[in-house]
Amino acid sequence: MVRVNTKVKPEPEKFPAQLEKSMSGITGLDEITGGGLPKGRATLICGGPGSGKMLFGMEFLFRGATQFDEPGVFMAFEETAEELTGNVASLGFDLEKVAGEGKLLIDHVRVERNEIEETGEYDLEGLFIRLGYAIDSIGAKRVVLDTIESLFSGLSNTGVIRVELRRLFHWLKDKGMTTIITGEQGSGSLTREGLEEYVSDCVIFLDHRVSNQISTRRLRIVKYRGSTHGTNEFPFLIDEDGIRVLPITSLGLKHAVSDERISTGISRLDGMLGGSGYYRGSTILVSGTAGTGKTSIAGHFADASCRRGEKALFFAFEESPAQIVRNLRSIGIDLKPWLDKDLLFIHAERPTLYGLEAHLAVLHKVIQKSNPSIVIIDPISNLTAVGSQSEIKSMLIRIIDQLKSYNITTLCTSLTTHDRSLETTEVGISSLADTWLLLRDIESAGERNRGIYVLKSRGMAHSNQIREFLLTDHGIDLLDVYVGPAGVLTGSARLSSEEQERSNILLRQQEIERRKSRLERRRKKLETQIESLRAEFKAEEEELKSYMEQEDIRTVTINRQRKAMAEIRKADTD
Amino acid sequence: MLKALRRVTVKENKPVDSVAEFEQEYDEKRKRDKYVLRLYVTGMTEKSRMAIENIKTICEEHLSGRYNLEVIDIYRHPVLAKGDQIVATPTLIKKLPVPIRKFIGDMSETEKILMGLDLRMKKD
Repeated sequence: MVRVNTKVKPEPEKFPAQLEKSMSGITGLDEITGGGLPKGRATLICGGPGSGKMLFGMEFLFRGATQFDEPGVFMAFEETAEELTGNVASLGFDLEKVAGEGKLLIDHVRVERNEIEETGEYDLEGLFIRLGYAIDSIGAKRVVLDTIESLFSGLSNTGVIRVELRRLFHWLKDKGMTTIITGEQGSGSLTREGLEEYVSDCVIFLDHRVSNQISTRRLRIVKYRGSTHGTNEFPFLIDEDGIRVLPITSLGLKHAVSDERISTGISRLDGMLGGSGYYRGSTILVSGTAGTGKTSIAGHFADASCRRGEKALFFAFEESPAQIVRNLRSIGIDLKPWLDKDLLFIHAERPTLYGLEAHLAVLHKVIQKSNPSIVIIDPISNLTAVGSQSEIKSMLIRIIDQLKSYNITTLCTSLTTHDRSLETTEVGISSLADTWLLLRDIESAGERNRGIYVLKSRGMAHSNQIREFLLTDHGIDLLDVYVGPAGVLTGSARLSSEEQERSNILLRQQEIERRKSRLERRRKKLETQIESLRAEFKAEEEELKSYMEQEDIRTVTINRQRKAMAEIRKADTD
Repeated sequence: MLKALRRVTVKENKPVDSVAEFEQEYDEKRKRDKYVLRLYVTGMTEKSRMAIENIKTICEEHLSGRYNLEVIDIYRHPVLAKGDQIVATPTLIKKLPVPIRKFIGDMSETEKILMGLDLRMKKD
């Protein structure tokens, strides 16, 4: 629509790879626009009444004046300078001070049809001169026109207004002013008077919707010539620091990953996760039915982090800080010292306090303020009170991506209700989790016991066992797995089964002892027998020996007798 | 205004046509009113020239001797534009008599201006 007036530009316009941008200073906006609004050009901010257009413009000028040393002129067609100053004072913008420093100039332009008689031809040169004078007097770089459409209601000759507006926007561009023009939303068009026809560089649409009695502000970049931009709707918040747009850094999944592992605070759980715990910067989901110990797992993690001297941030949507501290103390986790040392922050709020985007903004704010290395959100499932599943999911994607980009390890707990499958979460973020610990109660033999298993854990060899755990006065205690003939046994069934096994072992040992002594007895008996046989043998041997000796004596005696006989007979000898 | 009227009726001691007398008195007073006019123009453009010429003619015809017309070029005095809420040019502002009125354009529609300046009288 805009014809580029080449005559006025003294130097040929350069088109660098990226359009030159002017930082708006509005939290989050510069991230989604890739550096701010188009420098030296006009941006149209349109939206319905109360959508925050004026504030958008005012913050743009205020930040420009205070942060970027770019003075600005605010041309107000609807409110006087005093009204404006009062209106934005509650947002922390001290306009009087900035105006006193010569960095901001508010010019209230009043055009009342009933005060003006039109008598012949006119133009809007007066407006140009006023604006030009204002710009020159403070050396302005930024201009806001709010809401220039009022000219259409103040003057009857719309043909003149249109021609003059076109001329005005060209003129501002030639002067190199980064301009914001606000426009009231029309029916079926972005603005009532079709201002988008004149402003072709950047159009931002603000929206204020109420659903389920909770209002949500949203911002959408309708177009941004010469620049890439997110086309999604971004929730934004107006709080005591002005406008806060919640950026989606999930435009790309480019965050660096860490190989560092950090302890879960439960050594045997570390063991289940490949021996050393979670990855730093990963997202951990702890889901389970009511009373399965989700907060206790989170408490251990926070405690472990503080022990390492790292800051932890605990968002509690269910319990007050004092209650969390008391309850965790009952299982032997004392968070009090960490709170005292400013290593742990507990931020407790009811989810219904405000809308999702406000929660998101608060999360951002608190995270930026406390700069933690781990964040716990307990529980995310409670947010269903303020948003639909898809909204919560998109919010969580944003927060998780943001945290990942800061390399903050996040642990979210999620309550699973019994009428759903255990392996789903209320808000469907399971795919976002890097490590998913599932807590469940195992019901058998008239009792309920707690079991834990690692449903998934990206990038590590993890245990596939269902482990029983106890909440003891020294924390969570993972028990040895007892696999009986009928599967994994827990609780008293495990105990009785273990007892049975122990008595079986005893019985077997006794049997062995018995057999041993029987054998011993037998051996002794045999040995006695051997001994007696040996004695018998010896006796026989002795007998033989004496017999042999007698024989010898007899032989000698016989010989002697024979000799004596011979002598008597006087028999001759040989 | 009321005070003056009462004084008149007492002095002349006649049956009173109060409406006619009020109008007469008002007209006479208005004829004595001093007009302070300020015309804002932007340099010597065609529209500026036309406006100056037209308003001078009107003043001479209807306000001879009792007007004060100030022509201001806002190129030279831009600071004045803000104070008098100048948006369109040329703009004529009737500062006195009250109420303040604003006229924009090249002052070519004489009738409208006369009405606005309260110079178009009933009998004219």
